Amino acid sequence: MDTNNKGLIGRIRSLGWGFAAMLFIAGIVFWGGFNTAMEWTNREAFCISCHEMKDNVYQEYRSTIHASNRSGVRATCPDCHVPKEWGPKIIRKIQASNEVLHKVLGSIDTPEKFNAKRLELAKHEWERMKKTDSRECRNCHNFDSFDYAEQGRRSSKMHQTGLNEGKTCIDCHKGIAHTLPEVEQAIGAPKEGATPEEFHPPTPKPEEAKPEADKAAKG
Amino acid sequence: MNKPTFHSARLRAAALAVCLAQTFLAPVAAVAAGEPAIKLMTLRGAEINASDPEGDGTRYGRDSAPLPRDFVQQPPLIPHTIKGYTVTKNFNKCLDCHAWARAKETGATKISVTHFKDREGQELSSVSPRRYFCNQCHVPQSDAKPLVGNTFKPGTGMR
Repeated sequence: MDTNNKGLIGRIRSLGWGFAAMLFIAGIVFWGGFNTAMEWTNREAFCISCHEMKDNVYQEYRSTIHASNRSGVRATCPDCHVPKEWGPKIIRKIQASNEVLHKVLGSIDTPEKFNAKRLELAKHEWERMKKTDSRECRNCHNFDSFDYAEQGRRSSKMHQTGLNEGKTCIDCHKGIAHTLPEVEQAIGAPKEGATPEEFHPPTPKPEEAKPEADKAAKG
Repeated sequence: MNKPTFHSARLRAAALAVCLAQTFLAPVAAVAAGEPAIKLMTLRGAEINASDPEGDGTRYGRDSAPLPRDFVQQPPLIPHTIKGYTVTKNFNKCLDCHAWARAKETGATKISVTHFKDREGQELSSVSPRRYFCNQCHVPQSDAKPLVGNTFKPGTGMR
């Protein structure tokens, strides 16, 4: 009972300041060790140490602008697939334990198995990007720094209208680093892949959104 | 009896086998004997089984307005880069903007109605699958030196 009433400071004082300093140093060591281990898994070399990644998605990515370009500035796997902020990063890393399970189960260990799951996997990433307003893209691509005069006539127009309508990068830029799954484009036999609505999410029209907001305000 | 006659089917088969062997194995024997094999070559000197070089050094011009045609039936030229654009079984990048459903939003030229017909001339409600591979007719432009000279002049209807 006595010790409980002393409080934290009192308890530490009773153990001695030397012990407190040791606790502090141990904390730094453990924290540093934890972060170092986590950053060790945040490297391209770690990602492609699994053949599932190396033989499928990595090969598709190698010829794209994010892997090979004139100045050699690259965006590697974790730059797009793992958040930079600590909180979201930890959440994503915990979710990745499911990926370890599927590595053990061999769910995508052949190109055939991978392609069978490509649509589902792609949808997960599209959804994740959409939810965060394409946060990982914006770590490098800052809209405010866009020089529309330097952009091509097509990109200049599309970026300005799209961003004004509240669109986010992933709404248009799907399949920029990896091969796309089947996409329904109304040509030939129907495809069982992504529907036009999934591939190009419709922009919410302000005319439609307004009456609901008015109703909510009145009600 | 000068002419050989074959009395049994087995004998005939054996003779046929010898003939066939002579026909097919002779070239192999010739090669083995040191006769130079025919060297297969591509027109541009690349290895025949090599894949197209990734980024062949072609620099496409900057995006421009639609380019003029030289004759009326000419498939319109592509006035923008198509670097990294894929036309695969899963996805056709061209259709992503030029399809009628997408053209309004993207500001792209709509696919011509002539592409909504099968080979029997039957009108279709969507683009005919035989028109899927856009780059068979439509090509982008780069500032390349012509490999051979020519005296082509635009059609009279276009002058």
